Amino acid sequence: MRASEIRDAVARRQASAVDICRAALDRIAALNPQLNAFRAIAPERALARAAELDARVDRANLPLLGVPVALKDNLCTRGIATTASSRILEGYLPPYDATVVERLEAAGAVIVGKTNCDEFAMGSSTENSAFGPTRNPWALDRTPGGSSGGSAAAVAAGIVPLALGSDTGGSIRQPAALCGVIGFKPSYGRVSRYGLIAFASSLDQIGPIATTVADAAMAMDVLAGHDPKDSTASAAPVPNFAHALTDNGDGLRGVRVGVPRHLFSEGVDADVMAAFEAAIDVTRDRGAEIVDVALPHSPQAIPVYYVIATAEASANLARYDGVRFGYRAPDARTLVDMYERTRGAGFGREVKRRIILGTYVLSAGYYDAYYRQAQQVRTLIRGDYETAFAGADVIAMPTSPTAAFALGERTEDPVQMYLSDVFTVGANLAGLPAVTVPCGLTASRLPIGLQLTGRSMDDATVLRVADIYERATPWSNERPPIPASTPSH
Amino acid sequence: MTDRFSRGDVERIARLARLELNAEEKDLFARQLAGILAYAEQIQRVPTEGIEPTSHAGAAAALRDDEVRPSVPREASLATAPDGDASAGLFKVPRVLG
Repeated sequence: MRASEIRDAVARRQASAVDICRAALDRIAALNPQLNAFRAIAPERALARAAELDARVDRANLPLLGVPVALKDNLCTRGIATTASSRILEGYLPPYDATVVERLEAAGAVIVGKTNCDEFAMGSSTENSAFGPTRNPWALDRTPGGSSGGSAAAVAAGIVPLALGSDTGGSIRQPAALCGVIGFKPSYGRVSRYGLIAFASSLDQIGPIATTVADAAMAMDVLAGHDPKDSTASAAPVPNFAHALTDNGDGLRGVRVGVPRHLFSEGVDADVMAAFEAAIDVTRDRGAEIVDVALPHSPQAIPVYYVIATAEASANLARYDGVRFGYRAPDARTLVDMYERTRGAGFGREVKRRIILGTYVLSAGYYDAYYRQAQQVRTLIRGDYETAFAGADVIAMPTSPTAAFALGERTEDPVQMYLSDVFTVGANLAGLPAVTVPCGLTASRLPIGLQLTGRSMDDATVLRVADIYERATPWSNERPPIPASTPSH
Repeated sequence: MTDRFSRGDVERIARLARLELNAEEKDLFARQLAGILAYAEQIQRVPTEGIEPTSHAGAAAALRDDEVRPSVPREASLATAPDGDASAGLFKVPRVLG
């Protein structure tokens, strides 16, 4: 069931929040052994919360009434273990909730558990989790993408209709595309990051993963808005996103879809390219004007991203020192010895690699050549988008150059893994809203995603175009080859 | 510059980052970081003279009023520590000097 259907059914008492919650918990129990999508499950808290909602007289007004939600394990939840899939935070019980968690619960959502991810959200396959990889529901020998792979797999497998992820360079959109669901990265500042375990603070953004654009928009109505606890959370007025999807009958007439063809010359799989072209044809059929746009500095986006993201990560991860939370190495003689051994034993390989790279690009003698230069090219990348948006309302690209890849296929070559994000990092560098919507299947039935990027703070247009596209195509209704419902026991 | 990326460089940076690495990791990272930096060096070919650096893609951060507000209680913070002493109100650590 979709989130909106659950909400309506619970509001009309056609279903109870407790029954819906129990069904989600049963499905986790049935499917998680093969998927490893969940890191922690909170059955008592969820069932108690659902019972409370069933008893409330004002429940019909709650926009996410009774909707079971899964949260990426880098979102702090009071009293539910929050690890960011890292040994260094194993067993950590945050003393507070992230702002998005407070907002979801105030809206009537029921948090059922925490989902697996790449350690500290660093990765594109969920293979960097300290607790084993998540498997793609469409093909269990393939990755779900990453870093929000557990959230995307949980939604794709029909465990929950809605999950939250975080997106620093594509970590919501790429796994959503590889799992055949909707993933939305809001504009930078549209959603509070308070309680999100920081990776790269100038790029990180929390957003929804859902089975329809309408459900993602409904979630955004709950998540978006100012927060005194996050100075980067925008105070700009929040539109009604669900309302913005209302089709006035014009389809995409008046919408200019920009296509940066010069970026597709190499490295994009033929199946992906064919599905993308067909998707562009659909937007044209629905009335959109297709225009060429250029993003001349986009070929530099991946190296710029890896310099900036690792620099920020090396600073953000300095706090994991064994003093205030998480793991501490035993038997250290001195304080510095304790720091070094705690971090050496607590962090996994990709996190260490990025801390080393980030520390290097910030170190004396290299700062200007790498970090400052990357920030300057970031300015040029932002400028490219601004120029492109003078002639287009949204920019369309494939979300990922390939469909889901095999477990282990890219773990030995960091640069090859980083190239998974070639079409997604630009939106983070420029702070723009971007959505992925299913646009096809490969010959071996693996999902392909269409990415639509919009102007800063124009999240509503991105969602509206995606919604119209989605309704014109069958792709969001395709489901992975796993049992549609779980036999009750 | 990356052809000089040696095991010694990795050790020096790891010390700055307070990060213990084993011998295998030092060799692996020396090799991989040389590759990653060779790839990253393409950004140095982009002309950027006079271009302002971007540190944040959002609007300028709004400062809130400087008011005392409730925050996470001290006991709750100490409870999550590997060696918190709630009665003394302290995080305990090994000796600072060797």
